[in-house]
Amino acid sequence: MTENERAGAQNVLSLRGLRACFYTEHGVLPAVDGVDLDIPRGKIIGLVGESGCGKSMTARSIMGLLREPGRIAGGQILFDGRDLAQLPEKELRAVCGQQISMVFQEPMTSLNPVLRVGRQVCETLLVHDRSLPRAQARRRVIEMFAKVGIPEPEKRYDCYPHELSGGLRQRVMIAMAMVCRPQLLIADEPTTALDVTIEAQILRLMRALRDETGMSVLIITHNLGVVAEVCDEVYVMYAGKIVEHADTFELFDHPAHPYTRGLLASIPRIGQAAERLHAIPGVVPNLLHLPAGCAFCPRCAEAGEACRTRRPDLTEAAPGHTVRCLQYCAETAERRNA
Amino acid sequence: MKSFLKRVLGMIPVLLGVVLLIFIMLRSIPGNAAAVLMGEHVDPATVERLTRSMGLDDPVPVQFFRYIAGALRGDLGVSYRYDRPVTAMIAEAFPATLQLALLAALFAWALGLAAGIAAAIRQNKLLDRLFMGASLLGVSMPIFMTSLLLQYFLGFRLGWFPLTQEAGNFASMVLPAIALGWNSAGSVARMTRSSLIEVMQADYIDTARAKGLLRGGVILGHALKNSMLPVITMMALQLSSMLSGAVITESIFAIPGIGRLATTAINNRDMPVLQGTVLFTTVLVIAGNLLADLLYSVLDPRIRKEV
Repeated sequence: MTENERAGAQNVLSLRGLRACFYTEHGVLPAVDGVDLDIPRGKIIGLVGESGCGKSMTARSIMGLLREPGRIAGGQILFDGRDLAQLPEKELRAVCGQQISMVFQEPMTSLNPVLRVGRQVCETLLVHDRSLPRAQARRRVIEMFAKVGIPEPEKRYDCYPHELSGGLRQRVMIAMAMVCRPQLLIADEPTTALDVTIEAQILRLMRALRDETGMSVLIITHNLGVVAEVCDEVYVMYAGKIVEHADTFELFDHPAHPYTRGLLASIPRIGQAAERLHAIPGVVPNLLHLPAGCAFCPRCAEAGEACRTRRPDLTEAAPGHTVRCLQYCAETAERRNA
Repeated sequence: MKSFLKRVLGMIPVLLGVVLLIFIMLRSIPGNAAAVLMGEHVDPATVERLTRSMGLDDPVPVQFFRYIAGALRGDLGVSYRYDRPVTAMIAEAFPATLQLALLAALFAWALGLAAGIAAAIRQNKLLDRLFMGASLLGVSMPIFMTSLLLQYFLGFRLGWFPLTQEAGNFASMVLPAIALGWNSAGSVARMTRSSLIEVMQADYIDTARAKGLLRGGVILGHALKNSMLPVITMMALQLSSMLSGAVITESIFAIPGIGRLATTAINNRDMPVLQGTVLFTTVLVIAGNLLADLLYSVLDPRIRKEV
């Protein structure tokens, strides 16, 4: 058994050293820079980070949806014994929609405005099974509409997107993603455009669908609240790299990376009224001019001399908990010595 | 349907306004139709008598309402020059114009759409630049120049097509159709390309690809219908403008259509004919606009309620 096969037995999808870059006039932007990520079967995995950290790029790389000038520059996307990064477009499309599907951030613009929603969902079925009779496809779509909690599914089938609310549209998107019973659902900020009550409903729906079908879910989000609500494991991403990975409880209880601690401290809490809300100082670095050392170093209160010159590797903070921080290693070393 | 009826009723004041405008403009041109009709060396008294019998000495408002009343009954007056009903002359000339316009539109749209779609798919590649260069030529070359070049090369030098139109000869319609359609093909190609490229950036295109559709399916199934909205509007306007008589094309290729009827009427100071053709083309243009709006609402469900 090779290492890849072993990984494939437990994980539905594994990223190995994935690199995706924007090739611009000003230079090459490494938006995703050597990402290793495993999505175990039946688990909900969160990928968290600020805007521009490369989390959406990672998701789009998996689906082959990078837009010019973005391209996959290296690494592997292992799915079902195959490397999706090397797959010809035609074979990749056969995987997309059927075995891996995706829900996008903006339900308002992600549906084609001139086609009936039922037809759009139906199309997913028909693309992957041309012999499927229309009437049967229609029935399956209506069943799926009912399953994702769309009221009056028969009637909604013939609606146009503009006739539905944002929450309903996102349910349509989820129905579209689920209708072929995929092994992996990628949800790119699925609730960002929705209001909070709808957000909770959609997250609960995704968890229920996971429980029922045993699929895996990768949720891309900037919202740690979403992570706490549904995720089993979390990857924290910063400037194109994974900076911390742990299961959700471990991450919330023992955040190891200063960036993760900053994110957790930025969540408003009831009862903290008098204090000003914590914000991580500075902004995400320009990927064209990354610092020589740790990418988070310019914003980090705990940075030492070594952080400015050395790039940290991922090291184990605890079993199943990895972190990319020189200070953390120094801390643990000190603690161990003491 | 109710709002459609409203739109049709809304056309009436526009038409009345246009007729009034033509009426005033034609009446303010110096010279007397009766004098032109009689030729030179005619006794002024005779001219005077004819003027009165033609009703040309009535006050303009009286003439105007007399004309409107006639037009409502399909009577657009009688040609000064040929002494025949204007309605009959337009009905005779229209088939030639219709044939020319339909052929030109067919040529323009088939070429324009194909070139626009191909250019959009191969955006910024050689094919795109080639097609867009050619379409720029199409948009910017005046019709008389295109016509003369076509006549010289395809008609005279190569001898493939007759130089002028001959009734009943299809080959003789090819050059005028290309000449008339050339500009439209250019603008259709450019608009199709830019609209398609814009639509291909939309989020729902990613959704379609995420579903597993290949590029061809994405373009035909999802992008084209959305990108056609502005193009359809342009096409409807193009068709109505072609139908209202291609004055230059018809003159160059000697096609006895509406455009020729109008130019001859101007030369002859044949007011009723000129008035009639202008009124007729106005109706066509307004109808073209209406058609564009209707098509728009067929393509885009978001507009359907408003039309």
